[in-house]
Amino acid sequence: MMLSERAREEIIKTAERFPERRTALLPALRLAQDEQGYLSSQVLVEVAAIFELTPAEVEAVASFYTMLKRRPTGKHLIQVCTNLPCALSGAGELLDHLKARLGIGVGETTPDGLFTLETVECLGSCGTAPVVQIDEDYHENLSAEAIEAVLARLAGG
Amino acid sequence: MGEKIVLRYTDDPEQSDIATYIRKGGYQALARALKELSPEAVVDLVKRSGLRGRGGAGFPTGLKWSFIPKDPALPRYLCCNADEGEPGTFKDREIMEKDPHELIEGIILSSYAIGAHLAVIYIRGEFAYAARQLEKAIRQATAKGYLGRNILGSGYDLDVAVYRGAGAYICGEETALLESLEGYRGQPRLKPPFPATAGLYRKPTVINNVETLANVPYIVLNGPEAFAAIGTSRSPGTKVFCLSGHVKRPGNYELPMGTPLREIIFEHGGGVRDGKQLKAIIPGGPSTPTFTAAHLDVNMDFESVAAAGSMLGSGAVMVMDETACMVWAALRLTEFFRHESCGKCTPCREGTYWMVRLLGRIEAGQGQDGDIELLLDICDNMAGKCFCPFGDAAIAPVQGTVKHFREEYQGHIRRGGCWRHETTGGRLPTTDQGPRVTPGA
Ligand SMILES: Cc1cc2nc3c(=O)[nH]c(=O)nc-3n(C[C@H](O)[C@H](O)[C@H](O)COP(=O)(O)O)c2cc1C
Ligand code: SF4
Ligand code: FES
Repeated sequence: MMLSERAREEIIKTAERFPERRTALLPALRLAQDEQGYLSSQVLVEVAAIFELTPAEVEAVASFYTMLKRRPTGKHLIQVCTNLPCALSGAGELLDHLKARLGIGVGETTPDGLFTLETVECLGSCGTAPVVQIDEDYHENLSAEAIEAVLARLAGG
Repeated sequence: MGEKIVLRYTDDPEQSDIATYIRKGGYQALARALKELSPEAVVDLVKRSGLRGRGGAGFPTGLKWSFIPKDPALPRYLCCNADEGEPGTFKDREIMEKDPHELIEGIILSSYAIGAHLAVIYIRGEFAYAARQLEKAIRQATAKGYLGRNILGSGYDLDVAVYRGAGAYICGEETALLESLEGYRGQPRLKPPFPATAGLYRKPTVINNVETLANVPYIVLNGPEAFAAIGTSRSPGTKVFCLSGHVKRPGNYELPMGTPLREIIFEHGGGVRDGKQLKAIIPGGPSTPTFTAAHLDVNMDFESVAAAGSMLGSGAVMVMDETACMVWAALRLTEFFRHESCGKCTPCREGTYWMVRLLGRIEAGQGQDGDIELLLDICDNMAGKCFCPFGDAAIAPVQGTVKHFREEYQGHIRRGGCWRHETTGGRLPTTDQGPRVTPGA
């Protein structure tokens, strides 16, 4: 899949805003991922061309950041925070519940391609622990019952 | 409760809108500064206020600004550090989501003070809503003439950009942040040169935390004396304490610097949850050595916490009750550091790996005589020997818990496991994280 014309324009606009164009590389990778779900080798080559870099240089940057995915994930990405404050507030139980409910382990995707389960370090929301991020949204003070309702909504929609 | 500054209006759901912000006195500090004060005068006000960085190290803000070379022909930049990755910390997010204009006004004032025409807010990638709130605030401020060209007719121009990270704790370290902003892997740079002389694009750069910058409008509007009247003489002002863990009312509490830990945990946080006994406190995030109940009377300001053997850090106060296993807690936090080590230098990359291995086997009941000494030996081999301050931070969980709870480590090794997990009935979360998803793997 090629990068859309709109994405290219936005990347070039961002590059022109900063004194050095390469500042727009990370935003470009984020944008490419938003559009395609993950960063394929082909899209890295395209991005590299925009910045006049080698694909290896772009790959080196992409592999550094945990939010940049080099493989497709499920339709919804479920990220359970397991850092200490969340772990003290039931994140372990929540993770076990999700594993059993979805029938997958951490780092895996359900066979229907709907959900990918990951653990993450502190999401910066420890006052409302435990916290799970699903796609862009935070779900706070989560119980097993509450996450059931969220999953049902996502599976339906 | 005493005077609040940065979270004063965050209870108002309309506060993020510019009309509400202005009605409550917002952007008056900016109007006043642009009309009556030279950039040097703003630096002087902040110096006299005694404001110190809220990002962890407590460096005097006005002094940091004064290191920027005076030559006006030389471009210079302001970077707002909104990477907020220190576990247990969630104050910057609240400021950005609920009172974004306060931060924007602080950024404009600070940029004016150092003569910058471009300011970049480096915000952690996960904070999607906070980033949207900032973008909205920037649009509103630009429409009102507080941002852009010729601000309020003063002839001063400023562009503020929101730059989203992509998931890397180390990018909160200021030189790694600059590398990331320039489009590289976020690995720390050698200092010197310091960012004040060669920062973003090798030009003079000031990097300040969100909470630090959000204090600036108050100082300019109310004067440095009003600010210095709050808190202690060497740590003036308020601090947002992020209270988490086993407390009844976790959350952000903005209190005067020097508020005793006891007051934060018991008065504001309502005490320990479920009638349990307090066991351990991490006073300023995992990078700061652990306290015990014996430290409840420590005052939470830079000097007092340091004198008691830890650090104020980011203000992340994590509370653990009697059911928490210290080996498990140290393991969980050290796993975090292992995962986030950028891999640039050997003592940190290897040290965090081996600490996790050792802690894991002690926790699993396979600890051996000498493991505690081995752990401490690894800490010695990291302390002061790593490329950046991350290395010193990464040994805090092990050093702190071994210092105060050595018998618990010994118990694990002697009994072949963790008795706490069995006696407390309620199971503690497992440390089985499964494989971490490594991008590109
Ligand atoms: C490993 C590491 C992570 C850091 N993370 C942050 C962070 O998330 N936010 C922050 O403001 N400062 C962080 N800092 C501190 C910054 O390097 C820098 O000192 C700070 O942003 C300066 O701002 P201040 O003077 O206003 O505190 C971190 C430092 C280290 C060593
Ligand atoms: S101490 Fe750790 S985080 Fe810092 S440069 Fe070395 S490997 Fe990277
Ligand atoms: S520990 Fe989970 S949000 Fe901070």
